[in-house]
Amino acid sequence: MDNIVGRKSGLTWAVHISMALLVALWLFPTVGLFVSSFRTADQIATSGWWSSLATQERQNPAIRVAGDAVEEGGLFRISGNLYGREGVTVGAWGTSSREPEAFEPGRTVDLDDGWKLTLQENGDYELTSPTAFGDARLPRIFTTAETPPEFTLDNYRSVLLDPRNVDGMSKAFFNTLTVTIPATIIPILVAAFAAYALAWMDFPGRALLIAAIVGLLVVPLQLALIPLLRLHNEVGIGKGYLGVWLAHTGFGLPLAIYLLRNYMVGLPRDIIECAKVDGASDFQIFVKIILPLSFPALASFAIFQFLWTWNDLLVALVFLIDSTGETTVMTKQIVELLGTRGGNWEILATAAFISIAVPILVFFAMQKYLVRGLLAGSVK
Amino acid sequence: MNPALQGLITIIVGVGGCVGYFYFSNVFLDKVLFPAKGPHAGRNINRANMVRPWLFLAPALVALGLYLAYPVVETLRLSLTERLPGGGFAFVGADNYTKMFAEPKFWEALHNNLLWLIVVPAASTAFGLLAAQLSDRIRWGNLAKSLIFMPMAISFVGAAVIWKLVYDTRPAGQEQIGVLNAVWLAFDGGPMSVLLLKIVPVLLIALFAAGVGFAGFLLIRPLLGAGRKPSPAFTALRLSGAVVAAFFIYESLSGILGLVRADLPYGQPQTWLTIPFWNNFFLMVVLIWIQTGFAMVILSAALRGVPEDTIEAAIVDGANPFQIFFQIKVPQIMGTIVVVWTTITIVVLKVFDIVYAMSNGQWETQVLANYMYDKLFRANDWGVGSAAAMIIMLLVTPILIWNVYNARKEMR
Repeated sequence: MDNIVGRKSGLTWAVHISMALLVALWLFPTVGLFVSSFRTADQIATSGWWSSLATQERQNPAIRVAGDAVEEGGLFRISGNLYGREGVTVGAWGTSSREPEAFEPGRTVDLDDGWKLTLQENGDYELTSPTAFGDARLPRIFTTAETPPEFTLDNYRSVLLDPRNVDGMSKAFFNTLTVTIPATIIPILVAAFAAYALAWMDFPGRALLIAAIVGLLVVPLQLALIPLLRLHNEVGIGKGYLGVWLAHTGFGLPLAIYLLRNYMVGLPRDIIECAKVDGASDFQIFVKIILPLSFPALASFAIFQFLWTWNDLLVALVFLIDSTGETTVMTKQIVELLGTRGGNWEILATAAFISIAVPILVFFAMQKYLVRGLLAGSVK
Repeated sequence: MNPALQGLITIIVGVGGCVGYFYFSNVFLDKVLFPAKGPHAGRNINRANMVRPWLFLAPALVALGLYLAYPVVETLRLSLTERLPGGGFAFVGADNYTKMFAEPKFWEALHNNLLWLIVVPAASTAFGLLAAQLSDRIRWGNLAKSLIFMPMAISFVGAAVIWKLVYDTRPAGQEQIGVLNAVWLAFDGGPMSVLLLKIVPVLLIALFAAGVGFAGFLLIRPLLGAGRKPSPAFTALRLSGAVVAAFFIYESLSGILGLVRADLPYGQPQTWLTIPFWNNFFLMVVLIWIQTGFAMVILSAALRGVPEDTIEAAIVDGANPFQIFFQIKVPQIMGTIVVVWTTITIVVLKVFDIVYAMSNGQWETQVLANYMYDKLFRANDWGVGSAAAMIIMLLVTPILIWNVYNARKEMR
């Protein structure tokens, strides 16, 4: 605005910086979950995720020497790398928890029974003994080392792909998908016809119906739980996919009708009247003209309904998930994990990120329609 | 049957059924019931056109009636009855309500809900307005907006996990893995800590209380003046608004007092979700984080709709950027701000997942929706559960009436 009068505002920098801060603040929690899902349980438990992005010096948990001994000129030798990977720089090490930083790297230390232990800077160790090791307990090594960032896909492998994992998400993932797709498609169709009638057909009571739908938009679905559960039980649907599809359809309809009607009313009257003059029936007008023209509004609602059904917990809890737990959805599975695996962040973070990933992809792919829908749905 | 297959069949049957219903009912109407030929062709066409809207509407109306309208009535009935052990129901009048009102947990839920009701919409709208205004002025504004908007796509449960990680606590002496505790331990009780943790929050709360007080004053001013008396309905509305304002001023003052008196335990990691009263705010942060994007998107569109010439006129008159924002732009988008506020208010009233997943109402964080869920499905007390649902409905009703009123006004 200030450019209009030819004066560069001194505020510009402040604006850039505050916006960057705000964005960082908003992104920070999600990034934390994302990063954590690629770390091992040990890493998560011993350091904050923000420190995992840079090389850091810290004290590692003790690692016990292991490996097969090789005999060489009367000496038994066990050697290997402590970390099993490159890039670690040992700063100091020790063999007891009381003195974890007793020795510098490269030094050879005499242990009991004539054992000699050497630890190099890169984590290579060598343990030698004049006699066979047999079943003797090998020493533990405490290290303080600079560790570069390390990430793993193991969490995703075990949560998503391991069929024996009872905490796995694969079943819940498919269940969620099974709930979501019909619950998104069916209300669109039902609502589109109703919206057309409310937008382009004249009949007594139309205004009243529109007002009723605006009213139903805000009715909390909490009210519907018990009456509908009873209804479903009496009709014989019980708890299951059919019930949850029907419930999502019913709960999604007011917004669908409202959005679509608002959009359809704005379509040019000429097209519809021309078609009528040419002898098209209402059904033909709807299918051949209105429906294709309303694509943006249909897409908006589809995204809303998809996000809502995918992210829903309450409706699934009440109408879908029975005592066998076979039909659990991802949100429910995560709540369970929060209860039973509250401290196992590697499982929780991975599970949560799997459930978040799909909506976020949809969000970024179809943001345009989502914004349009929001604007049409709430600004009057 | 495999659920995926069942889903596919449902899609086909559902979609096919819908299309078939609409198509064949129209054909039936035009060809069999009122054929547009023969001696009564004209009359028949008119009749068919009278019936047709209802054909188009029927499935939607049935679904709406069954899934939204009927439950409201049924819940009202259930809230006035009690389940008998052998089955069946007995009418008990207002017993469920009196039983509920006698429970401290209910008042705790109501109290917390009122807190949520003011803090979340206010904070979300304020942050949304800030983000909208800032992002409108910079080149990477669209990217910034997408990133702030992104939490909208994240489920409440997912958000609960994300924020539980932020609030995570490790015993003292270990390295903290929750950001909040890591930041908290950086405070050592020195002057900087006092400034950031006592003086600034007290000023913010005082500012908020002053704002609420001013709004309350504006509400009752017409009643004090000698001018023409407003209608009783408006008087009641204004008075109730003033009462709510007084409640929040009281809350803020007690908050300030608590904060000043509090001896903050510097250097000790905190389990944030178990600190009574304040843990409510840690839960609210989650919803604010989600809803800010929504507020920002809508307010940003409204800000762009502000006529350019009003702003140019202000610049010519020598207004500074703050004056332009607060005195030119904000008053012009007041309508949109109200819409955003009410929309978020409705979300807040229904808030369930966040509390259910993060604290399940323990440590004095209960809210109405979770209280209701507890009653319905844990205590199996349908009467009290329905009564709680009716309270939520009652709180929604003013917004419902306001929306319907606006929609009707707009249609005329």
